Amino acid sequence: MASTTPIASPPPAPAPPVTRKSTSTGRAGDKVFLGLSRGSGILLLVIMASIAVFLSYRAALAISKDQGNFLTTLDWNPAGNPPVFGIAVLLFGTVVSSIVAMAIAVPIAVGIALFISHYAPRRLAAPLAYVVDLLAAVPSIIYGIWGALFLVPYLEGLNLWLDEFFGWTYIFEKTEIGVARSLFTVGVLLAIMILPIVTSVSREVFLQVPQMNEEAALALGATRWEVIRMSVLPFGRSGVISASMLGLGRALGETMAVATVLSPSFVISLHLLNPGGGTFAQNIAAKFDEANELGRDALIASGLVLFILTLLVNGAARLIIARRKEYSGANA
Amino acid sequence: MSHTAIQDRPAPVPPSRKGGLSSRSLPRWAPIGFAIVSIALGVGIGIGAGWESRIQWGLISGLIFVTISYVATSIVENKRQAKDRLATSVVWVCFILAIVPLFSLIWVTVSRGIKVLDTYFLTHSMAGVPGIEPGGGVYHAIIGTLEQVGIATVISVPIGLLTAIYLVEYGKGALAKAVTFFVDVMTGIPSIVAGLFILSIMLIADIQPSGLMGSLALAILMTPVVVRSTEEMLKLVPNELREASLALGVPKYRTITKVVIPTALGGITTGVMLAIARIAGETAPIILLVFGSQLINSNPFEGAQSSLPFYIWDQYKIGSEASYDRAWAAALVLIAFVMILNLVARGIARWKAPKTGR
Amino acid sequence: MAKRIDVSGLSAFYGSHKAIEDISMTVEPRSVTAFIGPSGCGKSTFLRTLNRMHEVTPGGRVEGKVLLDDENLYGSAVDPVAVRRTVGMVFQRPNPFPTMSIFDNVAAGLRLNGSYKKNRLAEVVEKSLKGSNLWNEVKDRLNKPGSSLSGGQQQRLCIARAIAVEPDVLLMDEPCSALDPISTLAIEDLIGELKERFTIVIVTHNMQQAARVSDRTAFFNLSAVGQPGKLIEIDETERIFANPSVQATEDYISGRFG
Repeated sequence: MASTTPIASPPPAPAPPVTRKSTSTGRAGDKVFLGLSRGSGILLLVIMASIAVFLSYRAALAISKDQGNFLTTLDWNPAGNPPVFGIAVLLFGTVVSSIVAMAIAVPIAVGIALFISHYAPRRLAAPLAYVVDLLAAVPSIIYGIWGALFLVPYLEGLNLWLDEFFGWTYIFEKTEIGVARSLFTVGVLLAIMILPIVTSVSREVFLQVPQMNEEAALALGATRWEVIRMSVLPFGRSGVISASMLGLGRALGETMAVATVLSPSFVISLHLLNPGGGTFAQNIAAKFDEANELGRDALIASGLVLFILTLLVNGAARLIIARRKEYSGANA
Repeated sequence: MSHTAIQDRPAPVPPSRKGGLSSRSLPRWAPIGFAIVSIALGVGIGIGAGWESRIQWGLISGLIFVTISYVATSIVENKRQAKDRLATSVVWVCFILAIVPLFSLIWVTVSRGIKVLDTYFLTHSMAGVPGIEPGGGVYHAIIGTLEQVGIATVISVPIGLLTAIYLVEYGKGALAKAVTFFVDVMTGIPSIVAGLFILSIMLIADIQPSGLMGSLALAILMTPVVVRSTEEMLKLVPNELREASLALGVPKYRTITKVVIPTALGGITTGVMLAIARIAGETAPIILLVFGSQLINSNPFEGAQSSLPFYIWDQYKIGSEASYDRAWAAALVLIAFVMILNLVARGIARWKAPKTGR
Repeated sequence: MAKRIDVSGLSAFYGSHKAIEDISMTVEPRSVTAFIGPSGCGKSTFLRTLNRMHEVTPGGRVEGKVLLDDENLYGSAVDPVAVRRTVGMVFQRPNPFPTMSIFDNVAAGLRLNGSYKKNRLAEVVEKSLKGSNLWNEVKDRLNKPGSSLSGGQQQRLCIARAIAVEPDVLLMDEPCSALDPISTLAIEDLIGELKERFTIVIVTHNMQQAARVSDRTAFFNLSAVGQPGKLIEIDETERIFANPSVQATEDYISGRFG
């Protein structure tokens, strides 16, 4: 993208003083400007590095004092004597609620994206895309209170129903009575939250399908669905995958929506409809107020794990996108 | 633009080639008819079985709709058309399934938020108001949000702009690649992790909570967004403009500041406003770093502050009817703030969009 | 197999813009009909009305009649999907399905229209690839992606894909404009062979090509930019090029404009 101009590149080291004179202001300005902008880039790298370093440092302080096993202990009591805390419950809850969210959100998001890109009447498509983008901007705390005060009561019936008809699957068996403040509900809420982002990225990809690919299928006498199956979905698959990963990244790190909805407890249970469980972010927000210094370090340690988890997921998403770029570039 | 609106009425392929081009098909109004029937059935079954939650009614209706469409089409038309109809029905059901909660969210926020939202609410703090009782307002939180977001913007816009300029105008080689990659990674950092990072610095340097600390965390979240959007905009500036300016002997930095940036300014502004809208709703870092307060504290550099999202969280936790009302009202204020920013930003984008467009 | 096309009073629109106006003509079966004319005269648009691809474009709309033998393509009970199955099309740029193999590309249309036995499918694919003079070049790598072929080969692959479903008519929209001279020659030879079995309509920018491959030629023109395109005349190719009855045709062919 950068224009290939020699002006920016540093002059030959022993710059002859004669030519220097006429352009000296330009050269000096260029140097300062380049320095500033490169400095900003480097600053971002430094920040990223220090996030890792600082979190690791405080986490190490905490883990060294942990009398339990940081990875497997089913308890969070850093203020106790001896202090005991572990992330097993949080890891489980984070992963499970995110999986539920993905299982619900991705198929529906693909459906909406297809609806906007290929099914909706044209006059409806543009405003719809706009509304979906706007919904992506709704702050998570608002999803949170909506989820807690509105969605939870509504989901109770569904929970009973799932228990009745799908209880045999074990995961939908509800063994504890109580409101629907369960990992499943959290998953549903997270699904609603990440729908807009997954939809809007998928929609972009579907709209990028070259028209000639779609016409190829049409000209063979394909129905609309066959056009989508033959040319739109194969083209958009990697885009949908990376969109889902971006959504997953959000679901993993979501704090407020989980903190408001879940009634936390330090147990691991595959009965997803039972209230209880916890996630990294939710646990940090919930335990922070009453935490002493070791407690805070312990929370930082759990945050470090969350950080690594999201790094992996986002890194994978970026890799897929990058590979897709190469792929479609080679094809063009 | 590469978008093909495939709006043919799906209809069948003749079973035998001799049969010509036309054949039996369902009437145009069939999907609407199916929809009415299935909603009626869904509601009927729901009431009959005594389910309270309308979610089940909806799910049942959707299921019936998809089934009826498929069966009817395979009887009247053929299997291919039935599959096509199935896909169409599923896509429509997906859309409706998703749009209902999303609109319910907006509807609930507006209808419940409007209850206590008035000028008193906007101009008073919670000082001296017991949490479980009505009264009080959101003024201190608005001050907090404006200040924290303002400082975060002041920090992250220059850094983000310069980084984007570096990547687009100068960037080559390993450093630029590393910056690009880590900007991407940074975009995905959960807000609570950014909060914990500043918290760990505060623990090490023994710093007390203040609005500034929250701003720092918000700036970490905002900068990569600014970089990304600015980068996109700078890339849209045609190279001919740069070359024309450089060919006149204008130094590169002046070319950038006088030609490139002004050309992209509309888009950059949009990007910054969208980034502001995004961080204005962040709650987690504020919980960790600013601590929250019931009082007006207009000094972001010292002492605890509140902010709109924090206020919502705080009032939600109190758990009384009055505090819920306040939470919804504050949510409405926040959503209005974010939506206005979004609408204005997108408006600017449309206005200032390069005439060639997409 | 090959069918006659009778067009009467056909106009096509993009939204409120009228792209072509009041076209009537007859396309003879088992022959090649070429459409020539300056850019923007609507010849491609007209071609796309012959298999109802025009209405796929947002805002696309058609008035008038197109009879395929005796059936109106725009009749109210007619299914556009069935029309496109009967009237195949080859596009300006080769557009094989990028994610499918060579074999699957050719088989794509067949698979849509029902289940074929495996060896029957292979037979038809082979016949179609032979029909498009591509078999010898690809028979050892049928499982390679279609995009691995050269541009000219890809275009012949698209022709094989189109003829595999045994259409009655084959429409070609500037099929050689993205190809080098040698590939162009191969396609032109192929067109000569295909007209034994199909009714072929070809849009071309290249007048020599029209003269070489077609039996009849239609000349389209527009009176001014923004005005709808019209059919000026259609006649035996030899007559159009040697002794056209309209002055504008002669001006265009002799290179005075366009």
